[in-house]
Amino acid sequence: MPLLTLFRVAKRFDSGLEAIRRLDLAVKPGEFVSLVGPSGCGKSTALRIIAGLLQPTEGAVAFPGGRPEIGFVFQEPTLMPWADALGNVRLPLELKGVARGEAEARAARALERVGLKGFEKSYPRELSGGMKMRVSIARALAAGPKLLLMDEPFAALDELTRQALNDDLLKLWREDKLTVLFVTHSVFESTYLSTRVVVMRPRPGRVHDEIVLAPPAERNEAWRVTAEFAGEAARVSAALKHAMEEGE
Amino acid sequence: MSRTLRILLPIALGLAVLALWEAIVRAAAIPPYVLPAPSAIGLAFVANFASLMASAWTTLSITLAAFVLALLGGVGLAVLFSQSRLIENALYPYAVVLQVTPVVAIAPLIIIWVGFERIDLALLIIAWIVAFFPILSNTTLGLKSADHNLIDLFRLYGAGRWQILTRLQLPTALPHLLSAMKISGGLALIGAVVAEFVAGSGTATGLAWRIVEAGNRLEIAKMFAALALLSLMGIAIFFSLAALEWALLHRWHESALKKVE
Ligand SMILES: Nc1ncnc2c1ncn2[C@@H]1O[C@H](COP(=O)(O)OP(=O)(O)OP(=O)(O)O)[C@@H](O)[C@H]1O
Ligand SMILES: [Mg+2]
Repeated sequence: MPLLTLFRVAKRFDSGLEAIRRLDLAVKPGEFVSLVGPSGCGKSTALRIIAGLLQPTEGAVAFPGGRPEIGFVFQEPTLMPWADALGNVRLPLELKGVARGEAEARAARALERVGLKGFEKSYPRELSGGMKMRVSIARALAAGPKLLLMDEPFAALDELTRQALNDDLLKLWREDKLTVLFVTHSVFESTYLSTRVVVMRPRPGRVHDEIVLAPPAERNEAWRVTAEFAGEAARVSAALKHAMEEGE
Repeated sequence: MSRTLRILLPIALGLAVLALWEAIVRAAAIPPYVLPAPSAIGLAFVANFASLMASAWTTLSITLAAFVLALLGGVGLAVLFSQSRLIENALYPYAVVLQVTPVVAIAPLIIIWVGFERIDLALLIIAWIVAFFPILSNTTLGLKSADHNLIDLFRLYGAGRWQILTRLQLPTALPHLLSAMKISGGLALIGAVVAEFVAGSGTATGLAWRIVEAGNRLEIAKMFAALALLSLMGIAIFFSLAALEWALLHRWHESALKKVE
């Protein structure tokens, strides 16, 4: 049974702009699905529809096994500047009515898991870009989500930080048995992280192609330089190029 | 520049100017009804200490009351605006009208309506009108500046309007509000003084009236003493609000980041 299904989802904004024409997608529990496609094809819109922040104009989003707890990570860290790291991570728990003491403990634990033990009292402006993104991930994990929606979370980071966060994300995905839907513009990132890559066509968005990957159990630096990895990346890259040419 | 130097420099400059002023007045034998020497102003201050202080208190209490009411009214209305587009569209134009109409022009009307027997209330209303608008417009802007992704995040976790208002919009608006308060504090004082001038003879007992009175009697030294007291009040208001701003923002806000020197 899939965790999430999108059935003929379409979105036209009030401005009349048709962002998504038709999106069909089923995500199974434990999958790591990357969503790639040209800028403006409706990837962010799709994530917002799945999170329930936007209503589709047509079609439906369904969670056959019941609506799971959802975590959301944006391209920017999107932290509250007036709250320290712990306060930011505690937010989802507080909004959900978790008691103060327990929220505190769970938030501290989430920070520890993303490698930020000792930075609980630091304010966002005292943290580097990569650290802020880690706080943002900790916040998404704090409420114990089953489904993690990530919208180009590492796009603004330098290559090394990005690679470190990719590895940490894979570890969290494995440990928590998360289901991840990950928007990215990077062919390499999607190949490295995913079990499946969904390629979208230019606006109005539709699924162009799907590439099922068979990553090794242990993905690491060494795997990134194998011919096998290069071959998988080439497949994703070719599909993306083809999707761009399709257009209207 | 070191901290002590930054404080000492303006003080030293002020003292130097006062000394020069004293020297020029003495050397050129300028009559005190044209320009009194600082020492004469000091003497006038001591001689009229009780009446000046009573007047200062009158002006200060009107200023502070107007400021607090402007703060409550401005923030309250801004919150109302943030909750209802309808109310905002209906009321905002009138707030602007209140703002752009020169207060000196409407002050006589307000004084007549409220009545000379309740002159303090009239002065309060006039000072309030002047101080109110920056608070309203800055807070309205601040409440609207909340990060859209953060609003989405709050909604994702089931936050209601109240939680979004208190935990996201109000903290976002705080830096805007604090800078508006620094402006409004000064404006409340200006409003109180202008109102006293308009209210005129006999009724008002604040510092502005002391200035008019001393001017009429050609007691220029006393006039200067009242004037100095007025600026001191303005300076005190500004620095208290700046200190409040620093206390509330310096941990997290970009404006409080150490400047690169
Ligand atoms: N609230 C909105 N109102 C009107 N149009 C919108 C709104 N949000 C997005 N759009 C438009 O919908 C289209 C799809 O936007 P979306 O942000 O989903 O694209 P995207 O695939 O995430 O692009 P990118 O890769 O650049 O982030 C764009 O043309 C965008 O301008
Ligand atoms: Mg996007």
